[in-house]
Amino acid sequence: MPHAAVSEAAASAGARDYHALIEPARINSRLYYDPAIFQEELEKIWYKTWVYVGHTSEIPNKNDYVTKSIGPMPVLMVRDKDGEVRLLLNKCPHRGNQLCAYQKGNRTSFTCPYHSWTFSNTGDLMGYALPDGYEGQSKAGLNLGKVPRIAVYRGFVFGSMAEEGISIEEHLGGAKAALDQLLDNSPTGELELTAGFLQHRTKANWKFMLENETDGYHPGFVHGSVFQVTSSGIGSLYGADSTALTRDYGNGHTEFDLRPEWRKNDKPLQWFGTTPERLPDYVKSMNAAYGEERARQIMIDGSPHVMIFPNLFIAEIQIFVLQPVAVDETIQHVTAVQFKGAPDINRRLRQQTMGSVGPAGLLLADDTEMYERNHRGAQILDPEWLVLSRGLHRERLDENGFRIAHSTDETPQRGIWRHYLNLMTEAR
Amino acid sequence: MTALAQSFADVSAPDLAAAEPAALHHQVAQFLYLEARLADTHDYDGWEALWTDDAIYWVPANGDDTDPEKEMSVLYDNRSRIGVRIRQLKTGRRHTQTPRSELARVISNIEVAEVRGSEVDVRANVLIYEDNLRGDTLWAARNVYRLRMVDGAFRLVRKKIALVNNNKPIYTLSFLV
Ligand code: FES
Ligand SMILES: [Fe+2]
Repeated sequence: MPHAAVSEAAASAGARDYHALIEPARINSRLYYDPAIFQEELEKIWYKTWVYVGHTSEIPNKNDYVTKSIGPMPVLMVRDKDGEVRLLLNKCPHRGNQLCAYQKGNRTSFTCPYHSWTFSNTGDLMGYALPDGYEGQSKAGLNLGKVPRIAVYRGFVFGSMAEEGISIEEHLGGAKAALDQLLDNSPTGELELTAGFLQHRTKANWKFMLENETDGYHPGFVHGSVFQVTSSGIGSLYGADSTALTRDYGNGHTEFDLRPEWRKNDKPLQWFGTTPERLPDYVKSMNAAYGEERARQIMIDGSPHVMIFPNLFIAEIQIFVLQPVAVDETIQHVTAVQFKGAPDINRRLRQQTMGSVGPAGLLLADDTEMYERNHRGAQILDPEWLVLSRGLHRERLDENGFRIAHSTDETPQRGIWRHYLNLMTEAR
Repeated sequence: MTALAQSFADVSAPDLAAAEPAALHHQVAQFLYLEARLADTHDYDGWEALWTDDAIYWVPANGDDTDPEKEMSVLYDNRSRIGVRIRQLKTGRRHTQTPRSELARVISNIEVAEVRGSEVDVRANVLIYEDNLRGDTLWAARNVYRLRMVDGAFRLVRKKIALVNNNKPIYTLSFLV
């Protein structure tokens, strides 16, 4: 059959037909385990679209740097000698040596250990060893590589490896409101992510994490053990009677919106499992910053549960950064949300974070077990198609025109794949 | 009551500094082996009973000299959270331990670092071989223990497990380490 032969040849040449793998309410398992698809994702998603890199509070002083990443690729997030945030690529332009081998530090320049070329923390080549060997040659074009586009939204630093594309505002769209909601919970409107990250190595494709972060169907089952042994009472948020919502913001961003439940109960700080009496300093500074009425509303609504495509997950009190390193391996970087100027709540935020997430977390160790079983299961040949049809009949639009549905519905997952299909089939 | 405990003039307030060093070392090693066996065999109640009320069970991240009150740790449990952790394991729905990891650990290089009244600080190296659904994982750590002699037997006050690779991404760590 000549037709089949042609399409096979086209597939091996990279023109994979993603429309044949993604339907509105079901997707093909191959999307999770095919190494060629992973390579294409690097090109069409990770090295193209806006990706979250880090937070400005991780480099508070001039000449601070931290090693971050865009997909598998390491990136140096630097505050240069003039205080400007830069994203440099950690590769010596001479012969490609890894330039900086440390997680973080403070320095005005980086010297390559191989032949001692030295770069300022703006990325410019300052000089090389034994310069007589380059007599008559220009230093132009010998600077460190840079992430071509960088955008900072209220401290969140995003990078894009594409020279051109939509603005960060356009990319974030409606999900920008969720970032604002998070920052409203800070009496100063700012975060201070200074507690360091846990790194949870996960033998599974990154998209299992992307989808699960706003999956409200699983908690009652995967985390039933936690609900059973703690008096958190949050198990009911994931039941049939919950008024919580799932939301598709478009552009792959999704949310699990608990505000309807919190507003119904009308109790400040219930979202955090506590009361104003137990955090008097925090409440006082919130009242001073926003006025009592507004502060009360902020403390009722709480912090968002939002997945910013493709890699920034705000889980109320944690910041997760998803880093794919191979088709079957992802690193979940996670730290506690820390509000600038709120030491009493910050302490509890750290304690709860350490208990619930990371490699030993009461919650995330079980999610991660599911990711790894997901990945092994996906490779079994039959059935080939996986089902994302939950709640199709009750999906509707909210007042801003975003798709919403019941807290256990698969509206977010359908939204993620809709966006993924766009990115993977976009003309270059 | 152990022979070591019986050697103290006042059993209720033993002065471990007065103990014969070899006997103390032996007694410490016996305790570490017991604790290791209870953890390896998932004897959750037996393991939990080793802890004192002021317990700290700590697995640091990003180095071994971090401040757990300010920086993130993989695990930083007080006595009450140890209890929650154990109760979760006992629900039978701690999925990452259902089925349980198969474990064998080796403890070596046991050194008594400091003795103060009824307490002793101990250093030891540990290698843990874990087999589970994902595959095989080898864990290596430099541990620091604080033991307290209570009613003639050692109890566990503090255990710090400094994984040698704790500045890198690590797999799920859901067994008793
Ligand atoms: S590779 Fe860096 S100086 Fe030669
Ligand atoms: Fe979960």
